[in-house]
Amino acid sequence: MDFSLTPAQVEYRERIRTLIREVHRPEHTERQHRTGTFDSPEINRALAAGGFLERAIPGYGDGDPIELWMLFNELEKAAVPADGIAMALMVAGVIAYVGTEAQKAEFLPQVLAGDTLVSLGYSEPECGSDVASAQTRAVRDGDDWVVNGAKMWTTMAHVAKWVLLLTRTDPDVPKHRGLTFFLIPLDLPGITIDAVYTMGTERTNATFYDDVRVPDRYRVGEVDGGWRVMAVALAFERGLMGGTAAGVPLLRHFHHWAANVRDDDGRRLVDDPLVRERMVRVAVDNEVAALMTLRTAYIAATGGLPGLEGSMVKVHATEAYQRAARWFSEAAAPAALLQFDQPGAAAEGWIEYDLRHSPVTTIYGGTSEINRNNIAERHLGLPKAR
Amino acid sequence: MRLEPTEDERTIAEVFGGFFRNECPPAVVRAAEPLGFDIGLWARLVGTGAPDMGRAEAVGGGGAALTDLAVVAEQVGRTVAPVPFVEHAVACRLLDRLGVSPPVGATEVATLALRPAGAAGDWTLVPAGAVAGTVVGLVGDDLVCVHGPPPGGAPANHAAMPVADRASGGGTVLASAAAAREAFAVARAEWQTLTASACVGIITTALDLAIAYVTERHQFDRPIGSFQAIQQQLADLPIVLEGATLLTAKAAWAGDRPGRGTVDVDRADITDFPVLAGMAFLHAAEAAALATDRALHAHGGYGYSEEYDIQLLYRRARGWALVAGDPARECRRLADAMFGPVEEVA
Repeated sequence: MDFSLTPAQVEYRERIRTLIREVHRPEHTERQHRTGTFDSPEINRALAAGGFLERAIPGYGDGDPIELWMLFNELEKAAVPADGIAMALMVAGVIAYVGTEAQKAEFLPQVLAGDTLVSLGYSEPECGSDVASAQTRAVRDGDDWVVNGAKMWTTMAHVAKWVLLLTRTDPDVPKHRGLTFFLIPLDLPGITIDAVYTMGTERTNATFYDDVRVPDRYRVGEVDGGWRVMAVALAFERGLMGGTAAGVPLLRHFHHWAANVRDDDGRRLVDDPLVRERMVRVAVDNEVAALMTLRTAYIAATGGLPGLEGSMVKVHATEAYQRAARWFSEAAAPAALLQFDQPGAAAEGWIEYDLRHSPVTTIYGGTSEINRNNIAERHLGLPKAR
Repeated sequence: MRLEPTEDERTIAEVFGGFFRNECPPAVVRAAEPLGFDIGLWARLVGTGAPDMGRAEAVGGGGAALTDLAVVAEQVGRTVAPVPFVEHAVACRLLDRLGVSPPVGATEVATLALRPAGAAGDWTLVPAGAVAGTVVGLVGDDLVCVHGPPPGGAPANHAAMPVADRASGGGTVLASAAAAREAFAVARAEWQTLTASACVGIITTALDLAIAYVTERHQFDRPIGSFQAIQQQLADLPIVLEGATLLTAKAAWAGDRPGRGTVDVDRADITDFPVLAGMAFLHAAEAAALATDRALHAHGGYGYSEEYDIQLLYRRARGWALVAGDPARECRRLADAMFGPVEEVA
């Protein structure tokens, strides 16, 4: 194997780092924590102006998935709120992959302008991991569809223009075969959005669809072909589009703080042997997560769809992140308990924040259990147990 | 960038995968216990040129890269072959670099003492020390090489490894001070990388054994592999295998590049060979311990019996790594490189 970056890739990475340095401000992070909206319009616009977004849609233009990996890797390592743009680009990738020419023409330029966000409408009040049992109905009515139902965890819906909606179009066939995707504007009549606040500050939403009339041109993929679209969306979401580097800023925040505080024996915290061991173990986990993520990008770059590899890196990275949050909160206790803006808070409150935020990462985007099921069934060839 | 094996690497894996499958079925591994060295198998491996393939062409070696040696080491791990391939390859490369090359094609084993000699001048529990005629290692500030007849026996040990204590007295000093430390550090990093690769091989076989067993074994009228409790446990194995494979490959790649690389943990930008080698070693050893633990457990009581092969892998997954010492010590060594040294207390 060869882990060298080309000079063009190195230059690309340097341009991203420069952009983050010039555009990202601490107040953007404060705003993220205040509003619960994990998005930076300033970064999005700067990425658009710099031509980064065009190259960062999987399978579109002349972009290289390695660059896509670099983009989200650098944003995440710098703790820039990038969930919003990540979801928009992921859906852009889905449209580039399975959308019609008309959909590409309408939707992609909006995402490329850096001011259009997209929400993911998969889960419902009664279905989460068993997402193929979605009950939100879409019924054909002439050239339109009429949609009725409810979606949970539609994060960004309150600021997004679009929602990628999983619906049931045929209730009389096995559940995976009666699903159809739509990409619809959130301002269509009949859609309401209710805020859902979370332990990890992040604001998400419940969205409700009452007799929403959706023109057929908003359908994504074949009628009843939704499960194939889902496979594409999940392959892009897990690994390729971020969410696997949270341990890097956590280690950096802890390290810089621990180098400047003394423990109860008067020793620098960073010099404690157990703390040093754990910092190294986190650095190892971070490197493994980076390499596994890079491999999903490499598979995409060489024409594959890294579904399985995405499951693997998601499980590794999120469980390692939780382990790191626990270790560092122990090492930094009791200052680890203090939140942002409190005097004496460990790493300005980041340790407490990661302890609160990390639990959700093994849940959203497919729970660890669902991802392990995928690995057991599709990779190890063990019998389906559900 | 290329995150899959090259054609050459595939060929090496096929050739030596075939060699070890044919020459080293589990019966050979069992027959070589308790010493853990099969002289006939070793002689045949020397006959293929593998132990010398990573040595410079100038001394008659194959001029192969560390990356290629890692491919062979992985095949050694897959069959837990009782041959000191890793130790010999690493020690010969070190001696070549110091200008005192052992003869190419010889079956006499050379090895590396991984831990410095104690106050009495002895290296303790040297890997392959029971069968090596040449031992090279640190004695204080010096890098010392001794030649002599190997003891030929090993103290009874967990992994049936040919370990032995060796005396450094009367040896030749090959280098001193910084030169000794630097030469040794590279050799040690190569040993860590190749041992990590052997651990990757162990994980691969452990997973194969576990899947075969849980597919065949029925309880409650179903194959036990159809139970989610079993599936969730085994699903971790491909994850750690992927991670260990990639990190080990990156360490080998770094070992083939000249000069020192970067260690920037704040940006997760690490390309330095000795640091990556330590990281790969820690991760692959832990992954192999986990994989063999899960695979043995999936076998139920049979996994614990000598009759089944998984116990051969379980013991070597631990022994091959722990011979280097406490992993926590390795973490603290890496911490110095990553986060700077510990502050002197006045």
